[in-house]
Amino acid sequence: MKPHTLSILVENKAGVLSRVTGLFSRRGFNIESLAVGPCEEPGMSRITIVVIGDDEKIEQVMKQLNKLIDIIKVSDLTENERVERELALIKVTAEQGTSRAEIMQIASIFRAQIVDVGAKSLILQVIGDTEKIDALEKLLRQYGVKEFVRTGTVGILRGSKTVTSGK
Amino acid sequence: MKTGAKILVESLQHEGVETIFGYPGGVVLPIYDELFNSSLRHILVRHEQAAAHAADGYARASGRVGVCLATSGPGACNLVTGIATAYMDSVPLVALTGQVPTNLLGNDAFQESDITGITMPITKHNYLVKDTADLGRVVKEAFYIAGTGRPGPVLIDIPKDVSTKVIKEPTVPEKVVLRGYNPTYRGHKRQIEKALQLITAAERPVIYAGGGVILSNASAELVDFATQLGIPITTTLMGIGCIPGDHPLNLGMLGMHGTEYANFAITESDVLFSIGVRFDDRVTGKTETFAPHAKIIHIDIDPAEIGKNKRVDVPVVGDVKAVLQDMISMLKKDGLRDAWLKKIKHWKQHHPLKCPQDGRLHPQFVIRQMSELLGGEAIIVSEVGQNQMWTAQHYCFKNPRTWITSGGLGTMGYGLPAAMGAHFARSDIPVFDVAGDGSIQMNIQEFGTISHYKIPVKIAILNNRFLGMVRQWQELFYDRRYSFTELPPVEFVKIANAYGIEGIKVESPEDVMPALRAALDCDGPFVMDFRIEREENVFPMVPAGAAINEMIGGHPR
Repeated sequence: MKPHTLSILVENKAGVLSRVTGLFSRRGFNIESLAVGPCEEPGMSRITIVVIGDDEKIEQVMKQLNKLIDIIKVSDLTENERVERELALIKVTAEQGTSRAEIMQIASIFRAQIVDVGAKSLILQVIGDTEKIDALEKLLRQYGVKEFVRTGTVGILRGSKTVTSGK
Repeated sequence: MKTGAKILVESLQHEGVETIFGYPGGVVLPIYDELFNSSLRHILVRHEQAAAHAADGYARASGRVGVCLATSGPGACNLVTGIATAYMDSVPLVALTGQVPTNLLGNDAFQESDITGITMPITKHNYLVKDTADLGRVVKEAFYIAGTGRPGPVLIDIPKDVSTKVIKEPTVPEKVVLRGYNPTYRGHKRQIEKALQLITAAERPVIYAGGGVILSNASAELVDFATQLGIPITTTLMGIGCIPGDHPLNLGMLGMHGTEYANFAITESDVLFSIGVRFDDRVTGKTETFAPHAKIIHIDIDPAEIGKNKRVDVPVVGDVKAVLQDMISMLKKDGLRDAWLKKIKHWKQHHPLKCPQDGRLHPQFVIRQMSELLGGEAIIVSEVGQNQMWTAQHYCFKNPRTWITSGGLGTMGYGLPAAMGAHFARSDIPVFDVAGDGSIQMNIQEFGTISHYKIPVKIAILNNRFLGMVRQWQELFYDRRYSFTELPPVEFVKIANAYGIEGIKVESPEDVMPALRAALDCDGPFVMDFRIEREENVFPMVPAGAAINEMIGGHPR
């Protein structure tokens, strides 16, 4: 059982996302993360889903996804060299004085940006893979994480390979 | 300039639709107004569930797409069981539903239900049409999707204002192009070669054939292939009819209520050639012990069925008919497997299906008499439960598409409306519905429809005043505690008469054939109320979760 990152090219039509997520829940899969947006091909969207499961189950869910009429292509990026990124916004308690300086120091190590400065809090924006974001959040916990928002992973294959409609 | 309703009706006619089954209501008034003077034949059912089953029966008997129509809200919801039934058995169906006007969508308006949301997991695809200009294209796509690849139901939800709006009709391209839908018909040549190598090298091969053979109209190819190589064929419930029941290579049905010889053959086989099947739990029993010594070949048009329940050695994705044709063309004659066929013949002789003959009225006898009278030249529809299994076991089917039953979903109440639909597809041969007294009462209101249109469906009720299959399980596995499975007596002939339908009650074996003859000779619908042995069981039986060669109620081995 390991996380698989599925890249799904779909028709940009009403109801497509619920067809996809409905299929996951019906077959007993828990979606770890989900990201959707328009893509390079007009009229299509790309969904990136991270799901944990054994290889056979993942293969079955991919075959079932392929059966949906509005789905154009499904790929498991996990089998290939790839780049995966996620963006997170973390609102952390930062009183004047040492803690604020320490947080800013941690942010710079993680190459996170401070995107908002309040009297008692800072908002950090960080981009990276899931482990990096998990690590930063864990470090910041000691100061008090007031709110933590993440986009869900997006992924792309390295090199010239693509997940496209092939047209 | 045309209304959406007119575009809809013309699009249906363009697809070659002749008969639709439906029930009117508020938001489909514009569509019904268009049907009023149309050449489309509309059959008014008495409950929308029956409209879906009738369209399904029509589709199974004809091989064409069946069409049903219902209003929004409760009408649409009543179609759900019928759509799910069609989905599980891969039946091509287009279900049309009315919807509240687009400006009220999502407002919890009167008779509003989110039917596209509700039917998402039980349709091959569905549409909510929000613009009249899309209607023609959507109907075209729906028929294409329903009828191609692995067939299935497609629902089109049409808001009232989409039906009433008048537009200049856009031209619809003749060819449907969907970039996310390209079924594979031709099998991969290398895979086909591998499959053939395995089969020709096999000593104890068995063909396990299912509904895919029927759907693909590949019965002739299947029998040709099997006969050339001398390979016995066992069929699933859905595959019955793909080889004549009395063909020497036919092993009958396998699985939970399969024949002993089919289950023995599967268990001892060294190559299992699986064609248009899905390794359902009712077939395999315990999957680990299903065909334990066999290399498995699997042809299916749906790649998702391959390896879903059982590991496969040689998968071939493609249309059963196309793949079998390719295989036959590549076939080199080899010797028939005499030792294996001799062993199977021995099993067939010593482990036949049992038909008790003790002067009392047994359901197996009723089915065998029916088989004798009709000689395979009829369509037999069943309900679900014991009646279904006795028919599958004891009726000798001769042709594909003459056995119509709800296999995957197991929908009680399916038979009578499906039989109505089957009649409109094949009015040239008699249609019999084999029912139980439980299941017939699930859609008994359709006596109204068959009487109204004089649909000559012959209804054989195997009346044991029990929900028989559940009672059987209670007898065998729940210490005979018959919890809520006993039904009070019902005089079905009187109900039939009240609807203007003829009928007869039968209580002894010698009256069976005369009753069947009376039914066949009657021009209209006819009801036979067979008062059968109350606690008759369906045997042999593989208990749930057991290996398929561990049957109870068979012969000593």
